[in-house]
Amino acid sequence: MAGAQSAPVVRQARASADRAPVRSASAADPRARRRAGHGRVALVFVAPFLLAYLVLFIYPSLRMLQLSFTNAPLIGAGHFTGAHNYLRLLRDHMFQGAVVHTGYFVLLTVIPTTVLGLAIALMVARLRGWLQSIILACFFLPYILPVTVVTQIWQWMFDLQFGIAQRLLRLIDPHGIAVFHNPVWAMPMLALVTIWWTNGFNVLLFIAGLRNIPTDFYDASALDGAGRIAQFRHITWPLIWPVTALVLTIQLILQLKIFDQVYLLTQGGPFNSTYVLVQYIYHQAFVLNHGGYGAAVAVFLFVLIVAFSVLQYQLLRLRGER
Amino acid sequence: MSRLRARPGALLLSLLAILCAVIWAFPLYWAIVTSLKPEYDVVRPGLHLLPSVWTLAGYFYVFAHTPIGHWYLNSLATSVLVTALVIGMSACCGYAISQLRFHGRRLLFAMILASFMVPIQALMITHFILMNDFGMVDRWGGVILPQLIVPVAVIVYKQFFDSIPREFREAALVDGAGEFRLFARVYLPMNWGITTALAIITFIAAWNNFLWPFLVTSTDRSMTVTVGIVQVHDAFGVQYARNMAAAVLAALPVAVAYLIFQRRVTEAVMLSAGIKG
Repeated sequence: MAGAQSAPVVRQARASADRAPVRSASAADPRARRRAGHGRVALVFVAPFLLAYLVLFIYPSLRMLQLSFTNAPLIGAGHFTGAHNYLRLLRDHMFQGAVVHTGYFVLLTVIPTTVLGLAIALMVARLRGWLQSIILACFFLPYILPVTVVTQIWQWMFDLQFGIAQRLLRLIDPHGIAVFHNPVWAMPMLALVTIWWTNGFNVLLFIAGLRNIPTDFYDASALDGAGRIAQFRHITWPLIWPVTALVLTIQLILQLKIFDQVYLLTQGGPFNSTYVLVQYIYHQAFVLNHGGYGAAVAVFLFVLIVAFSVLQYQLLRLRGER
Repeated sequence: MSRLRARPGALLLSLLAILCAVIWAFPLYWAIVTSLKPEYDVVRPGLHLLPSVWTLAGYFYVFAHTPIGHWYLNSLATSVLVTALVIGMSACCGYAISQLRFHGRRLLFAMILASFMVPIQALMITHFILMNDFGMVDRWGGVILPQLIVPVAVIVYKQFFDSIPREFREAALVDGAGEFRLFARVYLPMNWGITTALAIITFIAAWNNFLWPFLVTSTDRSMTVTVGIVQVHDAFGVQYARNMAAAVLAALPVAVAYLIFQRRVTEAVMLSAGIKG
């Protein structure tokens, strides 16, 4: 849940790291002098996390890099093959297709979910009391559901024979549309399901952002005769823009990692039209037993997402300095 | 005067918000209603927003014909353990970074911050190899271990410990309390709110995790309910009342946790997104 959604925390935290650590007590106190350094105590406090971090994060990361230069199977040793895996990526049409499909999915989700999130937040933020809580819960509830529950629900909604959503689709095609078996419809419908599932998170961020805008601004502009549209253009939009930028970048990084919904609803089909990057890692490593080549794809994803995260961080820092 | 003019528009917007909320929640309603229908009712032609006969047959079928109880136990055990370990490790580490002075403190902090960027999915191959080396494939341990890396929790704790006035610390030190007592008796109790909030979202995330348990579990010995209900689908074909009953059962614990702790959940989601609500 809290995966990639943390850039501003980074910013705040980095600022606070530069502050001197809290001294244990004043220098005049003799006990304080004994406690000037906390090396041994600190080690006990840090050890569990540090151990987990080194074994489950640093080591697997380095191992992945090493693996990507070999032809190893998933389990077992391989031979060093230099940059062969990476050169193969350049010629691999499945890989290029996966990159394109991931990009298409990002396009279909990131901007629509941001716009929709803002629109819903604007409607919900006006409400008060229990009505607001109930309506907010309606939008947020899907976000906390397991992905398999979400896909089961939508498989039922879109069932060709009995699905209730087919009533709408029959207006387009009288026979109904098997959306997850149709290369044109599959990706947009995956995007729809994803937006339904995760949009509550964006709504929440936008509502918090809207609450931070002082109501005086609206009162003053109303006295000056500003209408609702003028208020939105000149007050709400500029002041909510930082949150919008945050939501956009969080969504971008999140949706690049798409896998679960695709695997569960279309398995990458029909005709590989929804085949995405993480699925390619999974397929190479766990289905074809090409651990080394899968690791090379994983390194590509790793670098791609780190690059976007750095970009996000720079963007948010720029915003902070302005 | 202007307020009177604004009223019809405001009312219309409120109605629109309610309408959108109803549409948004409809798939959830539809799933629950379907799970309470007999199978013949599910495929009856026409639109039936309520069951003609209310029944729990779908639920009984799932309990009788799938190892869902076993999956539930696996989910519960692994999610609770992940939550306890993540909270424990993060609180201790956050305390050390915030309150103690030691060599490598800045380096550790920078490393934790940098790790925010890394997509855990990219590590699935090497995590699997590691769990295989540990002999933990298809075991609870294999499900739990790779989920323990939650750097954001450390940062949240650090920030909260930073914000506690130094007087508390000095007073306790004068009274002769050690670091461990200080942590357990002063700092942690002051942050129960944040601990609950983080615990709830960690639990929900662990319960909902699909990709990793899907890779590492293969039998009912360790399969979680989130992964398991897909097997139900494969086995049942188009028996939607049963499918929806299984889905409702899988979602029940997190949905209930959310509805009870709604405020805490939203608070924690905001915190990890860096905006205080």
